[in-house]
Amino acid sequence: MRKQILKGLAASAIALAALPALAQETVKIGLILPMTGQQASTGRQLEAGVKTYMAQHGAKVAGKTIEVIVKDDTGVADISKRLAQELVVNDKVSVLGGFGLTPIAMAVGPVATQAKVPAIIMTAATSVVVEQSPYFIRVGRTMPQMTFPIADWAAKNGVKTAVTLVSDYAPGIDGEKFFKQRFEEAGGKVLDTLRAPLASPDFAAFLQKAKDLKPDALFLFVPSGQGATLMKQVIDRDFAGSKIRVIATGDVTDDDLLNSMGDSVLGMVTSHDYSADHDSPENKAFVETFKKVNDNLRPNMMAIAAYDGMDVIYRALEATKGDANGQKLIEAMKGQKWMSPRGPMEIDATTREAIPPMYIRKVERKNGELYNVEFEAVGPVKDPTHK
Amino acid sequence: MLTILFDGVAYGMLLFVLAIGLCVTLGLMNFINLAHGAFAMAGGYLTIVMMNRYGVSFYWSLPAAFVFSAILGAVLEHTLYVHLYTKSHLDQVLFSIGLVFMATAIVDYFMGANQQTINLPSSLEGRVDFLGASIGVYRIFTIVLCGLLTIGLQFVLSKTRFGSRLRAAVDDGRVARGMGIDVTKIFALTFAVGSGLAGLGGALSTGIISMDPTFPLKYMIYFLIVISVGGATTITGPFFASLLLGVADVAGKYYMPAVGGFIIYTIMVAVLILRPQGLFTRASR
Amino acid sequence: MSMAPHSKLDGEAGARLLAKAQWRWYEVLFWLAAISLYFVFGDFIPGIPTKLMLLSEIVSLGLLALSIDLVLGYAGIVTLGQGAFFGLGAYVAGVMAKAGMGVFPLSDPLLGLLAAAAVCGIAGFLTSFLVLRGSDLTRLMVTLGVALILAELANQMRWLTGGADGLQGVTSSPILGQWDFDLWGRTAYLYSLAVLFVCFWLSRRIVHSTFGLSLKAIKGNALRARAIGVPVNARLIAIYALAAAIAGVAGALLAQTTQSASPDMIAFHRSADALLILVFGGAGYLYGGLIGAVLFRVMQDVIGAFTLQYWQFWLGLVLVLLVLFVRGGVIGLLEGWWNRMTRTGDAP
Repeated sequence: MRKQILKGLAASAIALAALPALAQETVKIGLILPMTGQQASTGRQLEAGVKTYMAQHGAKVAGKTIEVIVKDDTGVADISKRLAQELVVNDKVSVLGGFGLTPIAMAVGPVATQAKVPAIIMTAATSVVVEQSPYFIRVGRTMPQMTFPIADWAAKNGVKTAVTLVSDYAPGIDGEKFFKQRFEEAGGKVLDTLRAPLASPDFAAFLQKAKDLKPDALFLFVPSGQGATLMKQVIDRDFAGSKIRVIATGDVTDDDLLNSMGDSVLGMVTSHDYSADHDSPENKAFVETFKKVNDNLRPNMMAIAAYDGMDVIYRALEATKGDANGQKLIEAMKGQKWMSPRGPMEIDATTREAIPPMYIRKVERKNGELYNVEFEAVGPVKDPTHK
Repeated sequence: MLTILFDGVAYGMLLFVLAIGLCVTLGLMNFINLAHGAFAMAGGYLTIVMMNRYGVSFYWSLPAAFVFSAILGAVLEHTLYVHLYTKSHLDQVLFSIGLVFMATAIVDYFMGANQQTINLPSSLEGRVDFLGASIGVYRIFTIVLCGLLTIGLQFVLSKTRFGSRLRAAVDDGRVARGMGIDVTKIFALTFAVGSGLAGLGGALSTGIISMDPTFPLKYMIYFLIVISVGGATTITGPFFASLLLGVADVAGKYYMPAVGGFIIYTIMVAVLILRPQGLFTRASR
Repeated sequence: MSMAPHSKLDGEAGARLLAKAQWRWYEVLFWLAAISLYFVFGDFIPGIPTKLMLLSEIVSLGLLALSIDLVLGYAGIVTLGQGAFFGLGAYVAGVMAKAGMGVFPLSDPLLGLLAAAAVCGIAGFLTSFLVLRGSDLTRLMVTLGVALILAELANQMRWLTGGADGLQGVTSSPILGQWDFDLWGRTAYLYSLAVLFVCFWLSRRIVHSTFGLSLKAIKGNALRARAIGVPVNARLIAIYALAAAIAGVAGALLAQTTQSASPDMIAFHRSADALLILVFGGAGYLYGGLIGAVLFRVMQDVIGAFTLQYWQFWLGLVLVLLVLFVRGGVIGLLEGWWNRMTRTGDAP
């Protein structure tokens, strides 16, 4: 029995020890991603984004070889914390990254602080996360950054009243709060704020309630990758027939899911920083490589965040001339500006928050596929909650 | 008001079709098959593949999902499950959870981890007005189909020769065997039908929800709630339990959104405290 | 090492029962091995990575499984809701550590453990009445229902629990003002192991006492137990409350060593995992949950190192094969080997 345990532990020890021991020559990046469970599609996109970056830029930067170690956190916060500790102590990673959900990023914060290792938030979208550790950098986006543009757009386009429907968890509640705040500042009125349980399979009650309130628009937010079920039921409830506009953040019309939603979502307006359809040479190259490396998968907003995350790390290493000291790296990451496939990106030098370019998009059919087609560039949006 | 009632009934019906197969294996064969959702998932994904990749009509996909899951069930019953009938409930739980883990990984490998769904045929889309309430056509379709299924199942169990043999095999396998009833075959057939119904439920549910590899685990709790509230010894018990839970859930979330998340669980606990064997149990003989 | 239970057992049967309560050599070996893991995986030997955080997590999980073993393996109550007490314990310890701001009296981990045990013991006592009657399925679903309601409460009571984000700023003060939790998980492991041992020792005494024997009688046949004068309900309530307290301690341990408490500590998968692990290891031996937790998590870790996305497949395969070919989990497997080797009846 005991032999069996020891054998098992020994096997894992060997597996880890077998990693190249050239500590000086390699810089290790530890990614904590949800590879199984509810958020698995997010993890898959993040990993694919990293792969794409490495395929385009190689594994060498500033004389160092980059090695990426991916761990599965199964979407559970306390496991992600343990994995972060193991990556720091055993694998001696110089940078941590990933974090599919807000609580997971929150759990990793203290480890990053204690170990003085920069941690790149790619997914988690609650504003406060980045304040939890001086070593956090966000390359994704936050809820107010996504909701302000769509609230503004709605107010400008004849929407006087709205109802919000969000998933009942932190980013959802953030989304609700910021949409309401911005929309009402612009003179609109939010008639009701509805929250559906995260695990809700049936949205009938909430959608019917929204419909009965007869607003000009219904604002939706669910976590990325969960939009298919919601949209199916939204379509079934025929909001268009009741003259209710359905608007959302880009998470709902996720590039990963959009094609399977069918023509009924044509014309839906959303706001986000990334669409696979974005028209720029950088994005064309990104999408092309991404599809080639990842079995014709279409990149979504997770993929681009992972891609930009790698970009931030590479450029920070170039700036430090290959020095992987955590303090130096984080300094080199602050204030970075670059041309991302989603447009001009910036990391705020003081808050370490991403400043992504936002767009208003509409679902259209292009070359036989559904895309979020950008029709209005909002420009860079700063997160308003950080002082 | 009527719309809410209708939505609740449709939701309950969906729960019922998904759970009915489990009711067959658990109530009739006294076997805890937590992998039930995996058969539903098989039917759901079959529908998605047939419709999205091969352009097969939704109406053909439904029976295909039933047959596919039934065959899958029959094969697994013959090779694996048959060894489990005599084991303890806990062993059955461990075994079927193991199957769920495997099914999740297999589906993830072949179909990917993202949510997938179908587009309903236009004849099932849209809404109709009924007594001033607006009702989804697909929800009506679900209700009618599930109603017919229930009547059919109830008929087979109570009025046919097969039904009486099955009941005999369940009540006392040894005596039934002695009377010349082929218990093994009956169990195999019943298990296959149960799995097939799960597959059909999975296929039907793709019209309202979407599939992803975590489906069997995500919905397992709902199946079990329906079965335990309704009592597993009849078909009608889970049927009424599904209706009750569906309507209570939808109406609760509509009228009392603040406590909406608690309703289904609270009803379950309350029912089980008052009637530990479920609401609608067959009177003990 | 003799730990004779306080007993009124006489005669031959009593002697045999007493002999069962003796500590065996393999038990001593088990605990020595557990301690030695500290030196092997504590980053003291170059080349061997530290795995103490994983081991601490295993200890907490094993303790939860142990608490289920007390109600399932000894009293025959199937529960899918032990995660409720686990999560409650985690929140009690977490909230105390947070309120104490990492300063000695209120944030002390040991005080947190005691508080978690007390609160969960009371919660267990209050909910024990729900599991006194009903079939396996009914008990399974009632306990699960209680856990689900509690999980939803934790999600809703944002002011206290931090909602779905989990509790932030949980900083335990050093244990007894002496030992601080480090990045390697050294303190965490020794602390967890010590707590596990105390809980185990207590459980072991209880199951070998007359009280424990009466539980076994109830499990065997509740009707007959009642007929020979065992107060069935009182006994079941007592063991259920005790197991709840131990589950709370397990949760508190996890909250303190990972400095977080979140709704997924109450979630369904927590209860299900623990029950699975216990049955996997073997119910009714006390060691089953511990061995199951070790094997389960180590398998997950090792398989996960080879196939990041599909480890569930292989884990599932192991479960299926184990049930098909073995009776009584991993301990059952070992027992079978042991019996074949020694050809005697009485074995571990």
